[in-house]
Amino acid sequence: MIHLLTSNWNEFISGFGWTLLSSVLALFFSLIVGSLFAILEVVPNKFLRIIGNIYVEVFRNIPLLVITMFFYLVIPLYVVKINGFTAGTIGLTIYTSAFIAETVRAGINSVDIGQMEAARGQGMTFWQAMRYIVLPQAFKYVIPPLGNQFVNLVKNSSVLAFVAGFDLMYQGNAIASQTFDTVNTYIIVGVFYLIITLPISYYMQHLERKLA
Amino acid sequence: MKRLKYLAVIITSLLLVFTLTACGSQSLSSQNIYENDKKSKTVTWGVKADTKLLGLVDVKDGQEKGFEIDLAKAITKKMYGKDAKAKFVTVTSQSRIPLLKNGNIDAIIATMTITPERQKTIDFSNSYFDAGQSILVKDGSPIKKVQDLNNRTIIGVVGSNSVQNVKKFAPKAQVLQLPDYAQALTALKSGQGDALTTDNVILAGMAVNNPGYKLQGKAFTTEPYGIGINKGQTDFKSAVNKALSEVENDGTYNKLIIKWFGNVPGFNYKEVLRNDSSTNK
Repeated sequence: MIHLLTSNWNEFISGFGWTLLSSVLALFFSLIVGSLFAILEVVPNKFLRIIGNIYVEVFRNIPLLVITMFFYLVIPLYVVKINGFTAGTIGLTIYTSAFIAETVRAGINSVDIGQMEAARGQGMTFWQAMRYIVLPQAFKYVIPPLGNQFVNLVKNSSVLAFVAGFDLMYQGNAIASQTFDTVNTYIIVGVFYLIITLPISYYMQHLERKLA
Repeated sequence: MKRLKYLAVIITSLLLVFTLTACGSQSLSSQNIYENDKKSKTVTWGVKADTKLLGLVDVKDGQEKGFEIDLAKAITKKMYGKDAKAKFVTVTSQSRIPLLKNGNIDAIIATMTITPERQKTIDFSNSYFDAGQSILVKDGSPIKKVQDLNNRTIIGVVGSNSVQNVKKFAPKAQVLQLPDYAQALTALKSGQGDALTTDNVILAGMAVNNPGYKLQGKAFTTEPYGIGINKGQTDFKSAVNKALSEVENDGTYNKLIIKWFGNVPGFNYKEVLRNDSSTNK
């Protein structure tokens, strides 16, 4: 196994790098997009609420692979050429943002309605009250489920392998098919994923203890 | 510290499970397949499901169809008699060797080239078909031969040796490896790459189905296809070789070639006929 690791070190590391980059990008953007749609789902305006609902329900209920394939194969035909890595990361962002929106919305709803009313009573606008009063409290509630979403996101990034996104799983497939050492290759790939996901789990637990 | 200890225990047990399963399958594949199949009168073949003309699962009736399918049926009958049955399991370029190694299939007849690297892991029968690697491009593409692919993107399939081959002829080409041929072709159509590379017979099947795409340039490698058999299965291997030469000698082989490749534009089927006295080849 050591030999397999050292002789394919460059491939593993570049795969690890692309997986990490894709995860970080998708994590950042899905958090922003997800929070935006979470707020859309609770605004007083009914039209905006419907938009938020449609987005969440559509993308939460389509398999990630389908979304990614759509961006990899369909968008280049009619709109703009995007490569596998970008298509995968966009798919990952959209898919995860739908789940994050649901999580954050639950957090917002769990903040006592009186907080919002009191903030509005102080003369704050809806958005100010959201930004300074409700969201900070909401995020505290949703840290554990958000941690789950982040870990899922990293694991789901293996979808890049199906669109030639050069990620860890893609390299793993290539190495396994060249060396025929399937078992050890996928064990190594699994350990590389653990290197990313375990620190996230631990950090989230730490954050939870600190803020709770 | 305690948590780390738990982690160590979990990881060790995981590794143990993996090693044990590996051992289990080893013993399964070291049984004598020839004798097992003789009793059951069934040979389980790993075949392609996405390769027109060679091995394709027809979506209408779910039946496997193609040259390799027919050849596998003919070989099975030669090996174990007229009432013997060929069972088919669909494989991909990536899954075929692992499936053979762990005993899920008895033999692979799935567009697999005999290569020295593969011979380290499995055994091969005598070659049953001589293909050559080529490229498929869109009509009007500026790419005339494989060397034109330097600094361009070429699409291949994970687990096939064509992606490694193409690097020898166009070292600066960027290679994208996709899971199967259907997806590779769709990616080519979406413009994710400039050409699709694999064996000419596979590309011929694609060109037949997709007007607007054509085989370009001569084949730049020879790819003798062999039937993959587990190491140590000498009885089974010699039986397969014997059956294969019988099929070639009694004319069945050439009938199958004409049935599947007789009408493919850009592919001269006469070059792949075998032991046929009538064509004097």
